[in-house]
Amino acid sequence: MAWLVVRLAISVSLLYAASAVFEDQVGKFDWRQQFIGKVRFALFDTHSQASKKLLVATDKNVFASLNSRTGDLFWRHVDKTGPEGHIDALLMYGQDAVVVVGNGRLLRSWETTVGGLKWETVLDTGSFQAAALVGVQDLVKYVAVLKKSAISLHDLSSGSQIWGENLPDSDSVQYQTIYSGENGLVFVLGIVPNSHIVIVEYKIEDGEIMNKKSVEAAWMSSLESSCAVVSSGILLCVDQITQSLYTLPLQSAEQTEMRQIHLQMLDLEVASGFRPVLTSTQPNPAQPPLSEFFLQLSPDHHILLQFKDGLIALLRDFSPVRTNACSINLFSADTGRKHLDTTIIYHMDPNGGKPNRLYVHAFLKKDDSVGYRVMVQTEDLTLTFLQQPGRVVWMREEALADVVTMEMVDLPFTGTQAELEGEFGKKADGLLPMVLKRLSSQFILLQAWLAHLWKLFYDARKPRSSVKHEVTIDILSRDEFNLQKMMLMVTASGKLFGIDSKSGTILWKQYLENIQPNSVFKLIVQRTTAHFPHPPQCTLLIKNKDTGLGSLYVFNPIFGKKSQISVPTLPRPVLQTLLLPVIDQDYAKVLLLIDDQYKVTAFPSTKNVLQQLQDTASSIFFYLVDSSQGKLSGFRLRKDLSTELIWEVVIPTEVQKIVAVKGKRANEHVHSQGRVMGDRSVLYKYLNPNLLAVITESTDTHQERSFVGIFLIDGVTGRIVHEAVQRKARGPVHFVHSENWVVYVYWNSKFRRNEFSVLELFEGAELYNSTVFSSLDRPHAPQVLQQSYIFPAPINTLEATLTEKGITSRHLLVGLPSGNILSLPKMFLDPRRPELVSEQSREENLIPYAPEMPIREEWFINYNQTVSRVRGIYTAPSGLESTCLVVAYGLDIYQTRVFPSKQFDVLKDDYDYILISSVLFGLFFATMISKRLAEVKLLNRAWR
Amino acid sequence: MIVNDFVCQSGDAVDTDFSGFSVPLEHSFEVDDVPRFRLRGALQLRGGRENSVYLSQNQLSEKDRSTLKDVAAVDGLYRIRVPRVSLQVDRQTERQSEGYLTTFVRACSLVESHLSDVITLHTDVSGYIIGISIVTIPGSCRGIEVEDEVDLEVFNSTISVVAPVTAPAPETAPYIERMEQEMEKKGKNPQEQKSFFAKYWYLILGGAVFLMATSSAQTPPGGAREQS
Repeated sequence: MAWLVVRLAISVSLLYAASAVFEDQVGKFDWRQQFIGKVRFALFDTHSQASKKLLVATDKNVFASLNSRTGDLFWRHVDKTGPEGHIDALLMYGQDAVVVVGNGRLLRSWETTVGGLKWETVLDTGSFQAAALVGVQDLVKYVAVLKKSAISLHDLSSGSQIWGENLPDSDSVQYQTIYSGENGLVFVLGIVPNSHIVIVEYKIEDGEIMNKKSVEAAWMSSLESSCAVVSSGILLCVDQITQSLYTLPLQSAEQTEMRQIHLQMLDLEVASGFRPVLTSTQPNPAQPPLSEFFLQLSPDHHILLQFKDGLIALLRDFSPVRTNACSINLFSADTGRKHLDTTIIYHMDPNGGKPNRLYVHAFLKKDDSVGYRVMVQTEDLTLTFLQQPGRVVWMREEALADVVTMEMVDLPFTGTQAELEGEFGKKADGLLPMVLKRLSSQFILLQAWLAHLWKLFYDARKPRSSVKHEVTIDILSRDEFNLQKMMLMVTASGKLFGIDSKSGTILWKQYLENIQPNSVFKLIVQRTTAHFPHPPQCTLLIKNKDTGLGSLYVFNPIFGKKSQISVPTLPRPVLQTLLLPVIDQDYAKVLLLIDDQYKVTAFPSTKNVLQQLQDTASSIFFYLVDSSQGKLSGFRLRKDLSTELIWEVVIPTEVQKIVAVKGKRANEHVHSQGRVMGDRSVLYKYLNPNLLAVITESTDTHQERSFVGIFLIDGVTGRIVHEAVQRKARGPVHFVHSENWVVYVYWNSKFRRNEFSVLELFEGAELYNSTVFSSLDRPHAPQVLQQSYIFPAPINTLEATLTEKGITSRHLLVGLPSGNILSLPKMFLDPRRPELVSEQSREENLIPYAPEMPIREEWFINYNQTVSRVRGIYTAPSGLESTCLVVAYGLDIYQTRVFPSKQFDVLKDDYDYILISSVLFGLFFATMISKRLAEVKLLNRAWR
Repeated sequence: MIVNDFVCQSGDAVDTDFSGFSVPLEHSFEVDDVPRFRLRGALQLRGGRENSVYLSQNQLSEKDRSTLKDVAAVDGLYRIRVPRVSLQVDRQTERQSEGYLTTFVRACSLVESHLSDVITLHTDVSGYIIGISIVTIPGSCRGIEVEDEVDLEVFNSTISVVAPVTAPAPETAPYIERMEQEMEKKGKNPQEQKSFFAKYWYLILGGAVFLMATSSAQTPPGGAREQS
């Protein structure tokens, strides 16, 4: 019987927690955007004229096909992260795309229309050098892969290896490039730096070495950067020092020296200090490359040259023109003449970066004139697809594939609402003007309301699908329940985005130039939109990871405009930032920046702020973490903005190292101070806002001796509130610290599984001081309860839901490597889950303890909209208590709403308004009639 | 949690067979709030499986008492510190006190609690002291004047060493045991094994009889209508 009760309790609790989307709700509250990353290779499908495919391989190890008409993804393959999935080369012929993956580990062929894998072969070990398609008599049949010490030839249709040969003298010669012309031979070019070039000829059929020769080239240090093959097998090299070109026919046996051609003979000169670059093109791998080639003489000076009969002729000189718009022209390669009507003026986005790569697809139109399309990649990782005449067909913001941090900001009121609010902000200027102003603003409100009504009426007549909601920055305003917000996203490339959370539309973008690739970002909202007429204000701290030097970028989060406020310069490395609840006269929260000499810089630093800081200095504490020394230290602010060390905790680094420190979120509200237990007594939570959760990992990684340490330290007094070790555990540890609990996930190295552990802190049955919490006055240590569970899946990231008032029960959002986001009720992670069910635990709604955590498919909040490589989840409260906004980011971005306790404060979509109103009206009339009848009856009785 | 408490009054005789070692406990309270640490007492530490600690400390001098009251009046801090050491005796040779662990408490709360403090030393898994904490009981500062000088002479300290607790792993064994017990109970109880019909035959029979009775009662009028 007890077992039945247990089962019943479980099923009831599950019923309560189940929260899946209905089919008709798909895409209603959520959206997903898929990205690919920075493009490294892009190839147009030239197979047929009507083809819309564009194949790209990116630095995120993504291989995808884009629709060149819309920019949407046809298909996408996300490989392993890191060097294992690195795409080394992308070659395309017809319907086949050949990809070399993982430093020459795998050779794959993809079918380009549907993205299916045709074949895959594992290549011999050795670091990858080059790959090329090899053609025989105008037909490409093979693909050759050059490794450091071997070359292999594979069949293009099956992937089977035709032959593989070791390269001669591979320990002294660096083989770098591969070339195949039309004559059934494969040339492998190698170099002994500053000595000579080695050219080996292989026969395509059986890999027999036909010829091997070495040519003197004492000046050359690298083949790849200074040489190219042009025309029918002519090796062309450029030397910076002697300012000359060298030519060598690859095949001729007699010529064993390179012919020198001085650049002065062509009236050319290389810019001093610049390494000239040669670029040649081979449109069809079965045919020799074009005899025309480019020579780059300075960063923006290119020359088109032609090699003909051993002579080099200048076709056109492309000199730099400096404007803020770029123009793209098509030139004929044969003559160097410009084609008529082929100019595209490309306007550079003033908030974007400079273009750094072009991918051009030229084609013959039906009337035999030349047309082309071009994809431009800029420094800020924007892909722009242009078509004649100068039309931007689509744009992709690939910087969003690498979101580092984000925030959500409330949208401002509408202009009219703001107008009304503005009255209060301004200084009073007489009675009559104020009355007039009030009247005028009321009139404006009325006007707006009428316009709104008219629009509603107008829209209602149109069919539903044709009503489009174009989102622009001007009409953005807060909705009734504050469900629509502005998402601020900071990307690793240094580009900032303002995205509408409802639709995913990018409303503004701003590229910050000169961002070091290893920068760390911290986004701080200093002033929200609540303080009209002061614009909201966000501050981005950009910190160089190596030097620690930082800079501040202050902007308006709604419009993305840089603020005119003077920003303090930070000459010293910044160690810690602290956003105080202290506000200046303009309602901006004060940001404190602590440098490596423990000096504090306040921003904004007006007189008012400094005065306030002096008054409250003795109650401003902060902590610093030095994980290299295992030191945690606490400081207190002094009146002169210097600091004093007040506590120190040192965790010896020989045993364990600090991997993460997390406090609680500042905008978190806890509704109930305690938990009502089965016997009607209250167990009070230990709600210390200054508590830090410190996670350490042991330096000993042996599976029996490794451990994960959890320290709960008070950030003000440095008191270690709790200290625990999880034995036989290993990182990576993901954890959430909220309310009175910490949930962490670790890898159990003994049982080889992921485990969840939850710590909850309680003050006990009595509160020490129920009105205010002070770390300085809380002498009793809290009771700590802990329980662990098995989690049957690996984890990428962990976050907890957050709601306006904290009444709604909490869920944990778990980002799984499969791309799903699991919404796990916190109820399951409760250290008070009993071993044996009792009357009291049933009263309290506690689920009996089960060691394994369930994963239910209906808990996936993103149903089939998986988020590849989810790296972070951001939660924000909305105006509705039941609703929490969730953004998951990784390679993709997914936004949705979750309702951890269901929508208890919202009427359902299918709520029967007609029934309820008809019942209401019916009752109303019934009362009226019965009242009337009763009156008549009374009157009659009175007459009697 | 391994906690060994020793409540000790100052001036108590030190246990003679203490095989541990002693480290200084220093304190600092200055009106200008620049720390100048002085000796407060000696901590007798003994390692091993059961870490134990014993504190012998001096009385506060006349001057110290007045300073402490002055510091409390300006809401200054009372700081203490211990050197970083390991409790494991065998590690004593390799220990090098490369720094101190400090903590503080508001001087006023120390004064108002009449020098009743609780000092906790926290160690890591290998027995190194990683942190020290001090709280006074009661911990609040209410501005009560402590007139009696005698109250500030002697520390009433409780000192303890806390080692990290081992966090629980998922408890699979008891759960499986419980499951098995449930199954056994189910197996033993013949009532549970009875089939649906065997259990509720009387209800079904009763229901059937009832149905038959009602249907037979209703038949005559229906039949009558058919006939007419």
